[in-house]
Amino acid sequence: MRHINDNDISPMQKIWHINWGLLLLISLIACIGFAMLYSAASVDGGAGNWHPWAYKQATRFAIGIVMMIIISIIDIRIWMRCAYIIYAIGLILLVGVDVMGSVGMGAQRWIDLYFFQLQPSEIMKVAMVLALSRYFHSFSFDEIANPFILIIPLIMVTLPVLLILRQPDLGTSLMLVIGSGVIFFLAGVRLWKFALLIVIGLASIPITWNFLHSYQKQRILTFLDPESDPLGAGYHIMQSKIAMGSGGIIGKGFIQGSQSQLKFLPEKQTDFIFTMMAEEFGLLGGIILMSLYLLLLVYGLSISLRSNSQFGRLVGMGVTTTFSLYVFINIAMVMGVIPVVGVPLPLVSYGGTAMLTVLAGFGMLMNVYVHKNIKIPRRGYDGL
Amino acid sequence: MKAEKNSFKSFSRRAICLFGTQLLLMSGLASRMYYLQVVETKRYSMMAEDNRINFRLLAPPRGFIVDRNGDYLAINIQNYRVLLVPEQANSDHSSVNGVLAKLAQLIDLNDNQIRNILKETKKRRAFVPVTIRDNLSWEEISRIAINSPDLPGVDIDVGQSRHYPYGENMAHVLGYVAAVSEKELTGDPLLELPGFRIGKNGIEQRYDLALRGKGGTSKVEVNAFGRIIQEVERIDGKSGHQVMLTVDMQLQDFIGTRINKENAAAVTVMNVHSGDILALVSTPSFNPNSFSEGLTTNEWHGLINNPYSPLTNKSIAGQYAPGSTFKIVVALAALKYGIKPNHSVICNGHITLGDRKFHCWKKRGHGKKDLVGALRESCDIWFYDVAKRIGVDKIAEMAKILGLGKVTGLDIGGEKPGLIPTKKWKRDKLGKPWHKGETLIVGIGQGYVLATPLQLAVMTARVVNGGKSVSPHLTKKYIDGTEIHERVNINEFPSLNIDPAHLAYVIDGMEQVVNSPFGTARRSAIKHPGWEMGGKTGTSQVRSISKAEREEGIRKGDDIAWRLRDHALFIGFAPIDNPKYAVSVIVEHGGGGSKAAAPIARDVLMEIQRLDNELLIRNQENINHVKKG
Repeated sequence: MRHINDNDISPMQKIWHINWGLLLLISLIACIGFAMLYSAASVDGGAGNWHPWAYKQATRFAIGIVMMIIISIIDIRIWMRCAYIIYAIGLILLVGVDVMGSVGMGAQRWIDLYFFQLQPSEIMKVAMVLALSRYFHSFSFDEIANPFILIIPLIMVTLPVLLILRQPDLGTSLMLVIGSGVIFFLAGVRLWKFALLIVIGLASIPITWNFLHSYQKQRILTFLDPESDPLGAGYHIMQSKIAMGSGGIIGKGFIQGSQSQLKFLPEKQTDFIFTMMAEEFGLLGGIILMSLYLLLLVYGLSISLRSNSQFGRLVGMGVTTTFSLYVFINIAMVMGVIPVVGVPLPLVSYGGTAMLTVLAGFGMLMNVYVHKNIKIPRRGYDGL
Repeated sequence: MKAEKNSFKSFSRRAICLFGTQLLLMSGLASRMYYLQVVETKRYSMMAEDNRINFRLLAPPRGFIVDRNGDYLAINIQNYRVLLVPEQANSDHSSVNGVLAKLAQLIDLNDNQIRNILKETKKRRAFVPVTIRDNLSWEEISRIAINSPDLPGVDIDVGQSRHYPYGENMAHVLGYVAAVSEKELTGDPLLELPGFRIGKNGIEQRYDLALRGKGGTSKVEVNAFGRIIQEVERIDGKSGHQVMLTVDMQLQDFIGTRINKENAAAVTVMNVHSGDILALVSTPSFNPNSFSEGLTTNEWHGLINNPYSPLTNKSIAGQYAPGSTFKIVVALAALKYGIKPNHSVICNGHITLGDRKFHCWKKRGHGKKDLVGALRESCDIWFYDVAKRIGVDKIAEMAKILGLGKVTGLDIGGEKPGLIPTKKWKRDKLGKPWHKGETLIVGIGQGYVLATPLQLAVMTARVVNGGKSVSPHLTKKYIDGTEIHERVNINEFPSLNIDPAHLAYVIDGMEQVVNSPFGTARRSAIKHPGWEMGGKTGTSQVRSISKAEREEGIRKGDDIAWRLRDHALFIGFAPIDNPKYAVSVIVEHGGGGSKAAAPIARDVLMEIQRLDNELLIRNQENINHVKKG
């Protein structure tokens, strides 16, 4: 094993230190996505088509990969220094969207950036991981036993979650809460505190419920029980199960999925793309895709464990876990295990914003790998 | 160091714990998948076989638009198109290529189109019909029908397309419909229907939701390959609402014809009490029918490169210096701020301010003039004098009261606000202090002042309706999204708090403009007793006349190129005794207002009163008829 002083290599040289296996794995999963989008664009079961989805998705992926590599070769200490700034920018943008929405510019959750539309809540997903990791980096396991240390990070989580709830985007806020909770857990927050929080949370539900408007209550009820909307979400899930179940072990073949192709299956290019995959390639195809995802999680774990800084470890695991959360929720949803939440399948579903967010996240994971040897003191000068 | 080790140990333990959870969840999902795809696969396969009911969306007919008398302004007509079912065209003795070649001899079909059609047929399943051409003429349909035995797989289908019977004369008010662009998708599945069209301008755009209607669904049974076996159930959609405009199409048409020979002009007619817009004409115009049929590149370039900008609705988006029509505002402002109506100024053709000379349009001068006299003969010197006395901000205040300087809120998009300058405006926008000379120029409606023809009509209406803040609208009923309500309190607009005596002086002046032997528009008086009009001429300078030209005697007229000639304006109302209609006319580069614009206003006000009278007689006859019966 070579021992190099990471401070001495230029960013261009760092490109040769990136984790090629991880890059290959990400590309492989994205390619499965392109193939499914090609199939989804078939008109009435004819040949597939690169338009309107696959081509655009591939372009965005290419842009995203370049962005990912650039993110990964910027010194990890720079990211750590900027963590709070990025978080602040995300928060300001969220407030901005909130204000614009109420002033009457239309309910825009996004900012138009020529080739894709930027949702501040997407920036927040990565920014939150960075900011919390930076915060907890300064405290050792023993110090975290002090409950007062948790006040600031709790506020850091609450502010954006409240803003996103106002949009209203229940799904994303929930994901942000769970994702942040995982970082608290990894940082070493004692387990009884989690238990306490859950008990308090459960106890406050009836009180909060009384403060909600009737339309807000209705929205939550539909979220929990989609069957109450029989022609909407319930119908979708039934169709999804039929499509998947009829696919069998080896599937019906590429572009041969009759349920998907005959428009019985809704949103086949976005939220229900896993169903289409499972219909056309069967249990075999589904298990292969799930295994690839699992392999990605293994990479995430091993990269995090090898990092020499607490910041790196928390970022690596934080990004990986947030990613896995999306995978689980999407697949569980299309199989009818949990209620319908509008959550895309990362790297596979059509959609520019989600793709770039995921790749930015993996850029950070890659960054942790590239800078695994750098030690950053808990407090004081970081050596850069 | 120990703390560091402790932290790492805790992190590793918990990270591995987390990974274990993920592994567990993933296996849970995998077993669920196994259950669906292996254990239950027979049941789901059978359900998939039975899954033969497919929903198809049906487009609702778009609502009609009618004028105030119920005359149709926008309707749907049948659009014949020819389709080809590839699998029927392919047989032992024919092929898709062969059928298309035969078809090309019967209807217009170039090689490029044929290539696109062939590409399309390869993309779809063989039984899915492909559109060959839209908008077939009767002749083409009959030619295809006669030859149908030779054309296997060729079908004629009827769709609907939007048609505007009055074409160009209503295009700016109605707008047009066209295909939905990606930015306009709102989640309404109707918008994603191929060939669906939505309003892109004017009334069609503003009230698109009301006109659009609700889509229906057709439940069809399909076989495992997607071929339609039969229709099981059909829920017809709801067609769009009919929208009734305040416009009188006969008047609109009359005006369109009347100003047809002008290069560019705009006329607005409104009811001074209710705010009903009776006509809103802008010329040149464009043919909205070619927009709904699909425009060729050549036609499009012709429209956007036309120097007279046919796509712009000049009545609401053309901003012109109001010229002497603005003297109405200055006169009311002067009266409000202490100038007496008998305030006299001697006009000898010019006044000086500092070392600058300000000229009256009449070189020899008007002599001694009071307010009414100055309005009647449009004496610039009197207005320079009072503008200097009261200042620009007082004038701006009155202009805003009368509705200038901001959009009037007409219910179609594209309205421009015009401009009423103040000292503060100039400091903020141009960063320069206000000059006294500029106040004088504003006093005669030139300089920075800009107004749209619609604003000028609203201004006139507010002066002659007793000082009420009437605002214009185009629909008979109030439309909010898909809901239509009756208008309440139609003639009750809040008062603008202008002294009625002041209004009387200004109206007196406007009456004399037309009906006095000295008035600037004396040649355009309406002679019909009881229908007489009042008004104010205006000439809007496009460029200032140089000193050299003034000395040579060139003041206006035909020896200057069209582009550089003055705009002609006129604002008017009728009848004088009990004003009901206000009109504004602008003829771009038409020269003087009295010569080019006033005669048009006269004819328009004659026509609307004649139409009103006709309606009255017809109603009377109906009543008599009923009585006799």
